[in-house]
Amino acid sequence: MAAIADALTRVPVKASRGYWTGVVARLARDPTAMVALTIILVIVAAAILAPLIAPADPYKGSMIRRLRPIGFPGYPLGSDELGRDMLTRLIYGGRLSLFIGVAPVICAFVIGSSVGIFAGYLGGRINTLLMRIIDVFFAFPSVLLAIALSGALGAGIFNSIVSLTIVFVPQIARVAESVTTQIRSRDYVEAARISGAGPVTIVRVHVLGNVLGPIFVYATGLISVSMILASGLSFLGLGVKPPDPEWGLMLNTLRTAIYTQPLVAALPGVMIFLTSISFNLFSDGLRSAMEVKQ
Amino acid sequence: MPLYILRRVLYVLPVAIGVSIICFLLVHLAPGDPLTAVMPIDATAEQQAEMRRAYGFDQPLPIQYGIWLWKVLHGDLGNSIATGRPVLAEVRRAVGNTLILASVATVIGFTFGTFFGFVAGYFRNSPLDKAASALSVFGVSVPHYWLGIVLVIIFSAQLGWLPPTGAGPDGSGNWRPDLEHLRYIILPAITMSVIPMGIIARTVRALVAEILAQEFVQALRAKGLSEWGVFKHVVTNAAPTALAVMGLQLGYLLGGSILIETVFAWPGTGFLLNAAIFQRDLPLLQGTILVLAMFFVMLNLVVDVFQTALDPRIQRS
Repeated sequence: MAAIADALTRVPVKASRGYWTGVVARLARDPTAMVALTIILVIVAAAILAPLIAPADPYKGSMIRRLRPIGFPGYPLGSDELGRDMLTRLIYGGRLSLFIGVAPVICAFVIGSSVGIFAGYLGGRINTLLMRIIDVFFAFPSVLLAIALSGALGAGIFNSIVSLTIVFVPQIARVAESVTTQIRSRDYVEAARISGAGPVTIVRVHVLGNVLGPIFVYATGLISVSMILASGLSFLGLGVKPPDPEWGLMLNTLRTAIYTQPLVAALPGVMIFLTSISFNLFSDGLRSAMEVKQ
Repeated sequence: MPLYILRRVLYVLPVAIGVSIICFLLVHLAPGDPLTAVMPIDATAEQQAEMRRAYGFDQPLPIQYGIWLWKVLHGDLGNSIATGRPVLAEVRRAVGNTLILASVATVIGFTFGTFFGFVAGYFRNSPLDKAASALSVFGVSVPHYWLGIVLVIIFSAQLGWLPPTGAGPDGSGNWRPDLEHLRYIILPAITMSVIPMGIIARTVRALVAEILAQEFVQALRAKGLSEWGVFKHVVTNAAPTALAVMGLQLGYLLGGSILIETVFAWPGTGFLLNAAIFQRDLPLLQGTILVLAMFFVMLNLVVDVFQTALDPRIQRS
């Protein structure tokens, strides 16, 4: 008997791995997601540390040194149509480009998930009404809605963020609503309700825990779209105004240089593309690591 | 089936009304009222009030909406502030060009997208599958306006093979189906086709993989059907969803063409929108967006009905 008891106590007891530890471990084993995350972190760090690492002043140019090619002494990535250093402007450009791309997704995440959870949890007529209103926004292709709204509101960074937020709120709300609707009819929610849990407790403990994962994955994927759209609005002249460095706007102002300095003219687009594809691949990795069904 | 169509059509009505309300309100989102943009800067307060009365802007919003909707239903989208011409005529001309561009792009995207999707779905986890997946990620992540510029740099600026902008040699506003005009549509259509190509490839890959894993495919193989015969079954099962995705993509391209049309100076609705925005031509902006959104709503309806007709299982669920 004693021997058995002894053997039993010697079985190593390990605390079960938490959900997030598992997610991080799975992500770390996904090379594509890790490369994407590294690129994102480098771009973000460069944008934050821009004043420390950028070799020149992003606003100061020289008309006699305009449109220098890549690798020209003193201009590692050439110079733009006003003779400003391209490397500096690309590093600084990350600040506004990331801000106008990420801010709408964060705003839409907060508003959209609140609306979706509210509608899904209440159910019934209010849910139907809210979801029908959201359907109307789905009747617009997102590019069209974004351009229509910022076209009507007028150019500017704030208006461009507002427009894109309005475009993304319905999409996030729909995801939140559908997950919440599934959760609220589960037995354990019923059990919580019977044992006296109020709606706030149920939403906080049961609904949020289940809903935030899928919306978070969805939102990281949206950043990719948002980056393209936000820079697209600036490209059209509806977002950031010159002379501020922003990738979409730089792509537009350098269009005149496609015959003289094609490589320099294409650079800002490379940055938008790199950021967008990295967020997309990271979101894909996160989706499988968090085991979120599409 | 008729009952289903009727239900689906009835369901479109509230959405269409909602779309019209949003389009109506667009003009009122703008700072000031739509007349501020056209009014001479030295107009007296009295003259401004007179103009406002004349255009009905002194009425409460719901009444303004009613009057506006009544006119729209009678084909009157107002007049462009910049040109003075009826908005409907301007939009009609531009829609034709956009429709051609978007259709060609959809056909290219669908052809290559289904091809890559099938290859990837059939040979899961092979290098071919990896390549097809990379292509679909590329398609949805690339800023298409940048891709357009890159193509112009390569094929127009460097090689000089294709014209960089416009819809035709005479600089005219209309695309015609002849050899000379064909050279003008190649670059914008290829640029535009990348998005649907990626999305369709991704959809078809998932569909094919799902269908191949089903028991009926095993049964077909077990009874000795040739691989070609099995393939035909897979195509029939994948077609309704693939075609539906294609239809929706056409709608997205119609509405989302503004950036590509701006890059290529393509005389379509996107170009019109761009002009409307920068001239603060709000009636033109409103009219173009209303037409495009209604087009998208109708296309959704057609796609749904068509898909249900092809695949009766959808109706039952």
